[in-house]
Amino acid sequence: MAYEINGETFDADEEGYITDIGSWNEGLADLIALDEKIEMTEEHWEVVNFLREYYDEYQIAPAVRVLTKAIGKKFGKEKGNNKYLYSLFPYGPAKQACKIAGLPKPTGCI
Amino acid sequence: MSDLPPIPPDDEDEFGVVKKFCYVNRKAPYGTVYALESLEMVLIAAAFDQDVSVVFMDDGVYQIKSEQAPEAAGMKNFSKTYRALEGYDVEKLYVSKESMEERGLTTDDFLVDVEVLDHAALSALMAEQEVVITS
Repeated sequence: MAYEINGETFDADEEGYITDIGSWNEGLADLIALDEKIEMTEEHWEVVNFLREYYDEYQIAPAVRVLTKAIGKKFGKEKGNNKYLYSLFPYGPAKQACKIAGLPKPTGCI
Repeated sequence: MSDLPPIPPDDEDEFGVVKKFCYVNRKAPYGTVYALESLEMVLIAAAFDQDVSVVFMDDGVYQIKSEQAPEAAGMKNFSKTYRALEGYDVEKLYVSKESMEERGLTTDDFLVDVEVLDHAALSALMAEQEVVITS
């Protein structure tokens, strides 16, 4: 599949993960989110931007457990739990948030 | 609302069985896919809360050498990912003393904290494991 913004095409795999992480931009993130039926708020961006920073530092998308723990460490305990993250990304924070962040599917996410 | 998947519990105890896995890395990081594949296996085992140890010996010690620059050869630099292991609670990283010294390396050359063991100690470590995967 592919996403399209103003005539520009972004290739993605059959699950909707973009294939070229370098082509990501915030407009594309909004479009992927729309596809996932998610309206991006400040809280959503906090997680998406965190994932992009994590990828930049470690070159992988974190497993859910690792993401949850790291979010709790950075933004506080009230955000470092599944209830909070699933309220933002109902089909799984690692899957949906990584997709919106333009990252590959998390390793260890089966 | 009702068709949304259930929210999993925060304490992931559902995997139940925990085994002692030891991944032994013996090959240089680039040129073959063994190092990267082994690292992925380690991350997956850790994501499933297994008891993971990782050994670097022979040319495998180069996998955790700092300041790798494979981009010049058109390869992705995945060495940064070894630094993510701590966040996955994989903290048992061992380096063969003999392999390290034969290559003129010290622990200062590595991008993660490791414990240096001689071959006798590594043998004992491997004997304790339930699963040993060498690559």
